[in-house]
Amino acid sequence: MISFVETCRVSFRAIVSNKMRSGLAMLGIVIGVGAVIAMLALGAGATLQIKSVMSSMGSNLLTIRPGTVTSGGIRMGAGSTPSLTLSDATAIKEECPSIEEVLAQYSGVAQVVYGNQNWSTQISGVTEGVFVVNDWQLKLGRPFTEQDIRSAAKVAILGTTVAQELFGYSDPVGETIRIKNIPFQVIGVLEPKGESSWGRDQDDVVMVPVTTAQKRLFGMPRPDMVSSITVKVKSEDLLDRAQEEVTLLLRQRHKISNPQDDDFTVRNMQQAMEAAQESMKVMSLLLGSIASVSLLVGGIGIMNVMLVSVTERTREIGIRMAVGATSKDIMLQFLAESGMLSMTGGAVGVFLGALLSYVLSQAFNWQTVVLPGSVALSFGFSALVGIVFGLYPAYKASLLNPIDALRYE
Amino acid sequence: MALIEVKDVRKVYRMDGVEFEALKGVSFSIEKGEFVIIMGPSGSGKSTLMHILGALDVPTSGSYLLDDREITDMTRDELARVRNAKIGFIFQGFNLLPRMNAMENVELPMLYAGHPTAERKRKAEEALELVGLLDWADHRPNQLSGGQQQRVAIARALVNDAPLLLADEPTGSLDSKTGAQVMEMLVSLNEKRGITVVLVTHDSNIASYGKRVIGVLDGLISSDGSKEKVESRVDVE
Repeated sequence: MISFVETCRVSFRAIVSNKMRSGLAMLGIVIGVGAVIAMLALGAGATLQIKSVMSSMGSNLLTIRPGTVTSGGIRMGAGSTPSLTLSDATAIKEECPSIEEVLAQYSGVAQVVYGNQNWSTQISGVTEGVFVVNDWQLKLGRPFTEQDIRSAAKVAILGTTVAQELFGYSDPVGETIRIKNIPFQVIGVLEPKGESSWGRDQDDVVMVPVTTAQKRLFGMPRPDMVSSITVKVKSEDLLDRAQEEVTLLLRQRHKISNPQDDDFTVRNMQQAMEAAQESMKVMSLLLGSIASVSLLVGGIGIMNVMLVSVTERTREIGIRMAVGATSKDIMLQFLAESGMLSMTGGAVGVFLGALLSYVLSQAFNWQTVVLPGSVALSFGFSALVGIVFGLYPAYKASLLNPIDALRYE
Repeated sequence: MALIEVKDVRKVYRMDGVEFEALKGVSFSIEKGEFVIIMGPSGSGKSTLMHILGALDVPTSGSYLLDDREITDMTRDELARVRNAKIGFIFQGFNLLPRMNAMENVELPMLYAGHPTAERKRKAEEALELVGLLDWADHRPNQLSGGQQQRVAIARALVNDAPLLLADEPTGSLDSKTGAQVMEMLVSLNEKRGITVVLVTHDSNIASYGKRVIGVLDGLISSDGSKEKVESRVDVE
């Protein structure tokens, strides 16, 4: 009985002695494993990014949006009713004990003009809670005061992108800009936050008091309405309780007795995060399974090469059988050969896949993470593919009749 | 004591429903230490006989005892082990593995016998020295002459200490001078080491090296006798 190590040596020599063909046989596996690794790295990176963005936004947040309205049995869809008001926000802040800060928003898009420069951007009407709830920091100037909100003051805080577009590198604080032809005094500039996980530039924004947005800039279907209320809960453990407090308070304020008639939805950031992560997982699984199809095709390539190799080496098989190789010895020799081919291809593929995901992360600024689990998975799968697709050619070789094999030219 | 005992061996091939009887009941025995030539024209069934003697094939009926073991009903893997331990093959076309050097070719039977590396190397060197090719150990078959290749094949046949050396037209691909050298080597192995040699050929000149010649014709033994008998017959012709 030939030892396993010797079998591997014999197979290794056969691989090395025909480098071109072995290389081509491996290519399919290399591409397959590389694609799987890169796809899984992209998926893992995206999941991680969502997690970090969500936690930077604060996972102890509740988002309240106007809900559906049911009129005559017809449900109108989310946001169809302008049900939330600024006074709801004030009431939440005053009456819910688990809540730290409240942000009410009413936003629109408008052209911002300074001198001969202009820029179209999001005008975010906010309450003073925006700095606590959305974690904004000021680079220059001062935040909104309660007085600004109450009096619908014509003051604005610029995101860095807007500041740069309108003012270049000069200090905008104290300057006057025009929004919808109304003059606003710039009172501050925000610290940059960068891109959001959905690729939107978060710094492309102008903040004004929510009351100013309501009364001076954007018309309202209903007085005092806001488009969303975001609540920061004192701690993560209080999320569920806070959600309950807010829901009960709003039902009471909106005079709703049946929970099914709620004209608002309260969403927990943690739930949103889990949902987003779940969808990323599905996405990366999908990408990974598409990539693994190419791994399968690589396996067929190996089988093809092994079949040719068995035919070509019929005489060698005959000689080995004549001097005492059993069917099992021959079978193992060819199995080891296809296994080695696919595993080498797998190793190269892991390396190239890692390289590809690094290149992607550099070129497109996508976050990628090569997880050890995905390396083990795709490498293991490639080894399995090699052995499975090597089985038939190896079996064919082992069945050869030594006399016929010796006569084969 | 008989090394080979063949009794009423028949071999029938079936091809496309047509039966062809290559051996029609052959019986003989060969003692340990004999040098036997099996001679016959092509189509006589001598190749079939050689395959059966070499445990490459099994007879359709009859009995073949090699070293007191019945070969006839063995499985493929059992036959492989018998070939490995009991038989050294020498072929007309040498049948060396082209990608391996002489040393590795000689080691091959020991690889399948499961000998450890050091022992393989030692015995392969011994065998190569015996055939006078130790200096050529790292040469590949295509870097060796025909005579040298056949000597490597002889070394390979000897290396597992098999009691039977089975040669199939060993000089068929060689010129008469190197052919004679190979034959002398076989004769000396037979005389000095007591290895049983069975040689299959159609060449009556080769037959003169044997102490005993078995003639095969149309699937039957046509003659079996000492060298003198055959030579006298050749003289008559």
